[in-house]
Amino acid sequence: MANPLKCDLCAKPATVHLTQIVNNKVHKVDLCESCAQAKGVTDPSGFSLADLLLKASLNPEPTALGVRCEQCGFTQADFKKHGRFGCPTCYEAFKGLVEPMLENMHKGTTHTGKIPQRALERKSLYDRLTKLELDLTEAIKSERYEDAARARDEISQVKQTVPANRPKSAR
Amino acid sequence: MTIASLIDTPSELTDTASSKTAIVLMTRIRLARNLAGRSFPGWAKPAQREEIFAACREAVAATSPMKRSLNITVGELSDLEKQILVERHLISRELSGAKSGAGVVISKDQAFSVMVNEEDHLRIQVLRSGFQLKKAWNAINDLDSALEEHLDYAYTPTLGYLTACPTNLGTAMRASAMMHLPALVISNQMEKVVRAVNQLGMVVRGLFGEGSDASGSIFQISNQTTLGESEEEIIKRLHSVLQSIIEHELNAREKLLEADAGKLFDKIGRAFGILQNSHVLSSGEAMNLLSLIRLGIDLAVFPDASRCVIDRLFIEAQPGHLQHAQKGEFEPSQRDLLRATRLRSEFANFVRPDFSFSNNSTGKN
Repeated sequence: MANPLKCDLCAKPATVHLTQIVNNKVHKVDLCESCAQAKGVTDPSGFSLADLLLKASLNPEPTALGVRCEQCGFTQADFKKHGRFGCPTCYEAFKGLVEPMLENMHKGTTHTGKIPQRALERKSLYDRLTKLELDLTEAIKSERYEDAARARDEISQVKQTVPANRPKSAR
Repeated sequence: MTIASLIDTPSELTDTASSKTAIVLMTRIRLARNLAGRSFPGWAKPAQREEIFAACREAVAATSPMKRSLNITVGELSDLEKQILVERHLISRELSGAKSGAGVVISKDQAFSVMVNEEDHLRIQVLRSGFQLKKAWNAINDLDSALEEHLDYAYTPTLGYLTACPTNLGTAMRASAMMHLPALVISNQMEKVVRAVNQLGMVVRGLFGEGSDASGSIFQISNQTTLGESEEEIIKRLHSVLQSIIEHELNAREKLLEADAGKLFDKIGRAFGILQNSHVLSSGEAMNLLSLIRLGIDLAVFPDASRCVIDRLFIEAQPGHLQHAQKGEFEPSQRDLLRATRLRSEFANFVRPDFSFSNNSTGKN
């Protein structure tokens, strides 16, 4: 963590100390005068502590700079620059960076809201289908025709419950 | 539907104002959604962006609220048209600056809009006049579920809906209300309110979002956090914060009338005089004058039916709408002349203020 006497953003001496209570948790930010001005902390029309915390948490030198998202090639340095991730898989790749950030940023660290039920059902069916298709190929290759027949029947069963147009994003 | 006909069609925002919208002008909810396995718009290659764009807009256009909608790319919009859509809160400033492979689908009644390839693949928005958080949530929840039939969202059980920015994770929902708080502004209490609202985990912004000023005493109050609470809990919490702001505003009005009704009526009367007679009006000044007239309506100085006229003028006094009405582009100084002309003609036939009822009711003067 940053030294409390230094600005969280630029390490100059901090003169503005900000406390916000979210869900009975105390969040503190220390800023120097110019950063406080620049971030609009003194602006009565409001500012977002969450954005500030996000940027502040990016400041300490990252320990694992070599990490890359395999899916999209995004790096931790990219995140430092943009403040946004590259793709959904980045959340897995940069888990170590994201998790400590969330505690300051949100009310909790686990989702308790809406679940995309239909999409998840569809996804598990697609996963099953992919596995069965693999089984089928394997079985044919090794001439296990009984297994192949079973896989084929299961595939046609699953296909009846899945919409014909498998979305691209599920592949 | 074309952009030209959409601009000239009555909208949810400008044509349904009633006494129910006295302090909360409108309610807005947006959900951020992304497709699984695809790069977020800011990181996707141009070809990927185009692919995502095509898939999303097709799915959006197929939903029932989007029948006969406007389905348009950012590139097809002129600068003025973009500005008008921003002023109507139908697209964001960020989208209006987007490169290729981005656009918006807007329902005919302008209550729904879905931006594609803004910060996230989908930014679904519903807009309702007045204080209608529950209704807005039900409407957007249905639209989201309809989209989910065709699109595979990026989602994990622990982090919820995955978004480009980690500040939106979880529900990826921002619920907000646009509030008219003139008495809190006049009595210098807004700073205190902003601080209290911040401590409750809500954010206060100006009329046009981050960084915009609060001209016209109009403020946007929304939830700050999205993870760790369900949509219903966030809405319930926001609802109670809004309720208490409404009470504070009503108290502040009461206090202003008790302390010095004459001073308050003077402000309203002068605003009316300026709107009827001025020849140069900046957008900020116009907003503040209209805000005072709106306060007058709430205090029964003007009839209730005039409220929707003011709410319409709040939007029509904005630079984009003003230039559209005049069919041209104008320098800011010319716009101030045009704005004054426009408002003079609107207020030439406006009902005159009647302070007698309010005087009696407060027992002063």
